[in-house]
Amino acid sequence: MKNLFGFLISVTLGIFMILALTNTNAFPEFGHASIDNRVSSQYLNIDNVEEVGSGNIVTAIVVGYRGFDTLGEVTVLFISALGVAFMLSSPKQKRIDLKFKPNFMLRVGSKILFGIILVTSFYIILHGHLTPGGGFPGGAIIASSVLLLYLADDKFRSNIKSFKILEGVAGSLFVIIGLLGLVFATYFLQNFLPAGHVGELLSAGIIPIIYILIGLKVGSEIAGIVDNFLTEEESA
Amino acid sequence: MIQYAAIILFVFGIYGLFTNKNVIKMIISLNIMEIGLNIFIISIGFNYDGIAPIISSTNDLGYIFVDPLPQALVLTAIVIGVGTTALGLAIAKNIYKTYNTFELDEMEESA
Amino acid sequence: MTFFDIISIAVGAFLLIIAFLAINSKKIINSVLFLSALSMLAVVSFVLMKAPDVAITEAVIGSGLVTALFVFTLLSINRRDAK
Repeated sequence: MKNLFGFLISVTLGIFMILALTNTNAFPEFGHASIDNRVSSQYLNIDNVEEVGSGNIVTAIVVGYRGFDTLGEVTVLFISALGVAFMLSSPKQKRIDLKFKPNFMLRVGSKILFGIILVTSFYIILHGHLTPGGGFPGGAIIASSVLLLYLADDKFRSNIKSFKILEGVAGSLFVIIGLLGLVFATYFLQNFLPAGHVGELLSAGIIPIIYILIGLKVGSEIAGIVDNFLTEEESA
Repeated sequence: MIQYAAIILFVFGIYGLFTNKNVIKMIISLNIMEIGLNIFIISIGFNYDGIAPIISSTNDLGYIFVDPLPQALVLTAIVIGVGTTALGLAIAKNIYKTYNTFELDEMEESA
Repeated sequence: MTFFDIISIAVGAFLLIIAFLAINSKKIINSVLFLSALSMLAVVSFVLMKAPDVAITEAVIGSGLVTALFVFTLLSINRRDAK
């Protein structure tokens, strides 16, 4: 009975959404979006691109034009990592022992892979304003490399204190750079370093610096979450 | 086509939240809703003749670009989805430690 | 019917089939694997719609981190029964 009720409500909602979203004049047809009437025409104007200096337009929007929303998103991620740490941690901790014991070759070979993955993540973070990528996927790749070390070794626990210090320092530096924009120029998070030429590595003002800080912060947060999931209280 | 599929995916997620009684399956339905929504938001700014919004040098002009603003919004939404899922799974782990089950029916009986 | 239309219809059909299987399967571990496959199909549709930034982010997060978190939660189920 409850299944039928849920099914009817979902079908009604689906029909309503499809009729409302694909039959109006305000919504463009799929594949024929023209950006002349939208605000993105200002973002893609060639004079504005040279003034900001970043080649990747999505990076310029996320860090430059809408940098305050990125500050809010970093705050939400910090609160979720804080909640996981509250729920799952205790004063004395040890690794959960699973039923399988990894091989010796696995333990040694994964350390080489860890170095290669870390170099890839630094490349993706540093070239955020030239190629697709940026701080968010780079930080997630750092967390994936730490996850590899956790899976390959049975007794591995990373240095949690240094991760927490790194996360706090990176977050504070983000806000301090924003306040420096308030001091040196007109408003919060304004680009106060020179823009350079589009397409070079040293260009686009403070955008690469902020992306490096965001990448380190996201990576250390998710690595802390993984560590909290794989440890339990010492019941000795 | 992809727009209709994304909206129906969102409706599948809501149906999954209605009918499932397992805590882990409810979190999976939440994730299905988020995937459907992200696909729909990016399909708003798509153009058949457009290319990806990356400018290599200021010499080439005259290209049509796809809309970069929905992509910036979805980038933030994906990372927030990870945070929400992690917090939900931590709460589910504590639920198992207290009640020894994941089903909602057995939990209400033993309370 | 260009190549793009055929691929987009195929991706859309696969999305719906795998989502339906993920909601109505008996074991929980099967649902988690179907969610990971759904995330990969979402990456394919992001690449089709010319959004490389979003595709890289969803690929890294959907395949590595979310699936791993689900599996770690399911691993702690048999602790009490085994003891």
